[in-house]
Amino acid sequence: PCNSDAHMELTTEKPSSSARKEPPASSGPRPAASFSPSPAAAAPKSMEQLEEEEEAKDSFDVDVSVTNPEKVGQYLPPAPSLCWSQHETSLPMFRNKTFSVRRRFSDFLGLYEKMSVKSSLHGCVIPPPPEKSVMGMTKVKVGKDDPSSAEFLERRRAALERYLQRVVCHPLLLQDPDVREFLEKEELPRAVNTQALSGAGFLKMINKASDAVNKMTIKMNESDTWFEDKLQEVESEEQQLRKLHAVVDSLVNHRKELCGNTAVFAKSMAMLGNSEDNTALSRALSQLAEVEDKMEQLHQEQAASDFFIFAELLADYIRLLGAVRGCFDQRMRAWQRWQEAQSTLQKKREAEAKLLWANKPDKLQQAKEEITEWEAKVTQYERDFDRIGVTVRKEVLRFEEEKAKDFKGQIVKYLESMLQSQQRLIKFWEAFLPEAKAIA
Amino acid sequence: MMGYLSVSLQPRAVNVDLQTDATLQVDISDALSERDKVKFTVHTKSTLPNFKQSEFSVVRQHEEFIWLHDSFVENEDYAGYIIPPAPPRPDFDASREKLQKLGEGEGSMTKEEFTKMKQELEAEYLAIFKKTVAMHEVFLCRVAAHPVLRKDLNFHVFLEYNQDLSVRGKNKKEKLEDFFKNVVKSADGVLVAGVKDVDDFFEHEKTFLLEYHNRVKDASAKSDRMIRSHKSTHTTALLRILLHHYAYYCTTTAPLRILLFFLKVSELFEKTRKIEARVAADEDLKLADLLKYYLRESQAAKDLLYRRGRALVDYENANKALDKARAKNRDVLQAETSQQLCCHKFEKISESAKQELIDFKTRRVAAFRKNLVELAELELKHAKGNLQLLQSCLSVLKGDT
Repeated sequence: PCNSDAHMELTTEKPSSSARKEPPASSGPRPAASFSPSPAAAAPKSMEQLEEEEEAKDSFDVDVSVTNPEKVGQYLPPAPSLCWSQHETSLPMFRNKTFSVRRRFSDFLGLYEKMSVKSSLHGCVIPPPPEKSVMGMTKVKVGKDDPSSAEFLERRRAALERYLQRVVCHPLLLQDPDVREFLEKEELPRAVNTQALSGAGFLKMINKASDAVNKMTIKMNESDTWFEDKLQEVESEEQQLRKLHAVVDSLVNHRKELCGNTAVFAKSMAMLGNSEDNTALSRALSQLAEVEDKMEQLHQEQAASDFFIFAELLADYIRLLGAVRGCFDQRMRAWQRWQEAQSTLQKKREAEAKLLWANKPDKLQQAKEEITEWEAKVTQYERDFDRIGVTVRKEVLRFEEEKAKDFKGQIVKYLESMLQSQQRLIKFWEAFLPEAKAIA
Repeated sequence: MMGYLSVSLQPRAVNVDLQTDATLQVDISDALSERDKVKFTVHTKSTLPNFKQSEFSVVRQHEEFIWLHDSFVENEDYAGYIIPPAPPRPDFDASREKLQKLGEGEGSMTKEEFTKMKQELEAEYLAIFKKTVAMHEVFLCRVAAHPVLRKDLNFHVFLEYNQDLSVRGKNKKEKLEDFFKNVVKSADGVLVAGVKDVDDFFEHEKTFLLEYHNRVKDASAKSDRMIRSHKSTHTTALLRILLHHYAYYCTTTAPLRILLFFLKVSELFEKTRKIEARVAADEDLKLADLLKYYLRESQAAKDLLYRRGRALVDYENANKALDKARAKNRDVLQAETSQQLCCHKFEKISESAKQELIDFKTRRVAAFRKNLVELAELELKHAKGNLQLLQSCLSVLKGDT
C-alpha cells in the first residue's frame, strides 16, 4: 500500500490585491473527476503591489497551491510519489514571479525534517506534514483509504497544499533557505531520515519525544506559570478536538446514508409515476423523482463539504497542537541542557578544587580551560533557554490567532456552501411546483 | 406517562378530498392518550331523523373502529364498494421508549440539554398522537361521505351509543381463523385474477391496481427510510462542535470578537436545525403519509375487485349448473333461481364497483395534487427561511473582521 504515486503541481501565486492576506484555508473539494493542468494565471505585477509588499512586513506574499496530481503507477519503495509545484510570487527574494517544480511526497516530509532540527527555528510551531497513511484518525468509509481512488488523491493533494500554505505563512519559515530551495530548486536530492515520519507518523513521533523529555529526572521549577498553564490548555484542547472529529465523522456517514436512501426513494417514485394512469399526475411523479435525484446530489456535495471543510480542519489542528506541544518540549530540553551544563560546570570546579588540593599543576591548566569552556556553555545554554521561552510565547500567540482565523474562515466557507445548497434547492422546487399544480 | 393530551380542532382530512355534508358531519373533537390506549371523542352533527339528537358525542377506542370496519367487510351488501381502509393501530412504543431512556439518562447531561431533548421528544410524541387522531377521523369521514355506508346501522350505533360497545379484540382462535381466511383469499385472488375479464374497464383496472399497489408499497417503505435518515442528519452535530469550541474559548483569554463569532454561528445553527426538523416532519406528513394511505386504499380497491371476481366465478358456476340441470331436466327451477341471484349479485357489484373505482381515481388524483403542491410550497418556504438566516448571518460575520 506504500506509495500512491502521484505527480502534483505546486502553484505559488501572487495574492490578488490586498496586502494582508488571509491565512491558509484548506482549498475545499475540487471535482474529483478531472485533474487538468492548472492554468498559469500569472497576474501581472503592478506598482501598487510592489509598494504593498513594503508595508506588509508580516504578511506573506507567496501563494502556494498544489495541483495536478497524476498517477504514475505503482512504484516499489523507495520511489515516492511525485508532484508538480508551480509558484507565483512577488517577493524579490525569489528569482522568478511564476515558477513550478516537481516534488515527491517524501520531499515534503524531508522539508519538515530539515526545519525541525534547525536551532534557529527552535521553539517555533513548525507545521506538520500530512500523514503518509491516510487512515489517520478517520473512520470515514469508502474511497478515502484506497490509494488508487480519486478521493484519496484529492485528499492528499489538499493536505499537501494546506501544509505548504501554512509554511509560507510563517514569517520565519518563509525566510528559511531550505524552504526557498524546496519552492525553487529544479531537482531536490532524495530526502533522508523520513523514516519516523513516513512510518509511525507525526503524532507518534511527537509523543515519543515528549515521553523522553518527561522521563528526565530533573524537573523544572517554573517561576512563570504561563508555560504550565498554556501546555495544559493545549493538551485539553487536543482532546476536545479529537472528540469533535469523531462527531463530524459520524455526521459524514449519516449524510452518506441519507444519500443512498434518497436515491433509492427517487427510483421508486419514478416507478410509481410509470404506473399512474392519470397523465398529469404521472408526469408530476416523474418530476418529483427527478427532484429527489437532485437532492441526493446535494446531499453528496454537502457530505464532501462536511468532510473537506470540517473533518480535515479538525485533523490538521489535532496535529498542529501536537506540534505546539513539541515546542514546549523543546524548551524543556533546552532547560535540561542548561541544567546539565551547570551541573557539569559544578563538577569541573570541584575537580579543579581537588587538583589544587592535590597540587597537580599540569592537570590544573586543563581543568581551568575546561571550566572556562563550560562557563561559556552555561551562559550560552541559559541564553538559548531564555530565547526559546520568548519564541515559544510569541509562537503560541501567533498560532492561536492563526487558528481562530482558520476556524472562522472555514466556518464562513461552510456557511457559504450551505447557502449555495439552499439556493439550488429552491430552484429545484420552484421548477416542480407548476408541474404539481398542473395535475388535473 | 403522558396525561391528558388535548388536540386542537382543525380540518384534518388531509389525504382525502371530501365535501362536508350538512346532513351528517363527523369529527374527532378530542382525544386522550393514556398508558396503553387512546380514547377518541367522536363528535356528530346531523339533521337525519335516525338520531335522537342533532348533536352528540361518544368516546371510542381503536378496537371499536376496527369492529366497525370489519362489519363492513363482512357485510355481503357492501361487496360492491371500496370499504374505507381501517386506521392503523396507535403506536407510541418507540416514542415512549425514547422518553424513558431520556429519563434514565437525566443525570448524565446538563439541565439545559435535558430540557431541550425532553421538548423534542415530547413534540415527537405529540406529532404521532395528532397523526393517529387524523387517521381515525379520516376513516369516519369517508364512511359519512359514502352514500350507502353512511346509512349503516352499525355506523349509527358506533356514533350514538354512549356505552362501551364491548368489542373485545379478537382472541387467538378468531385471529387464526382470519389468517386462514386471508390465505384462502389470496390463493383465490390469484385464481380469479387469472381469468381474463370480458369487460375492458375491469381488465384494465385489474392490471393497473396490481402494479400500482406494489409500487405504492415500495415507495412507501423507501420514503419512510429516507425521512428517518433525514431526521438524523440535522446540523445538530455541527451545532455541538461549535458550542464546544465556544465553551472552550470562554475558558481561555480569547478576544471578545472570537467569542461573538462562535456565539452567532451557534445561534444560526440552532435556528437552521429547527427548520430542518420541520422539513423532515413536513415530508413525513405530505409524502410518507400520503403514500401510506394510498397503500391501504389501493388494497381496499383490490379487495373490491376480488369480491367482484368471486361473484363472477359464482355466476359462471351457476350458469354451468343451470345448463346441467336443463340437460338432465332436474331441479331446473332451483337452478334458474340460483342463476338469477348470482347474475343479479354480479351485475349489482359490477355497477357500483365501476363507480367506486372511478371515484377512487378522482380522489387519488386530487389528494396527490393537494399534497404535492403543499409539499413543494413547504419545501420552498423552509429553504427560503434557511437562506435568509444564512445570508444575514454571513453578512454580519463578514462585516466584523
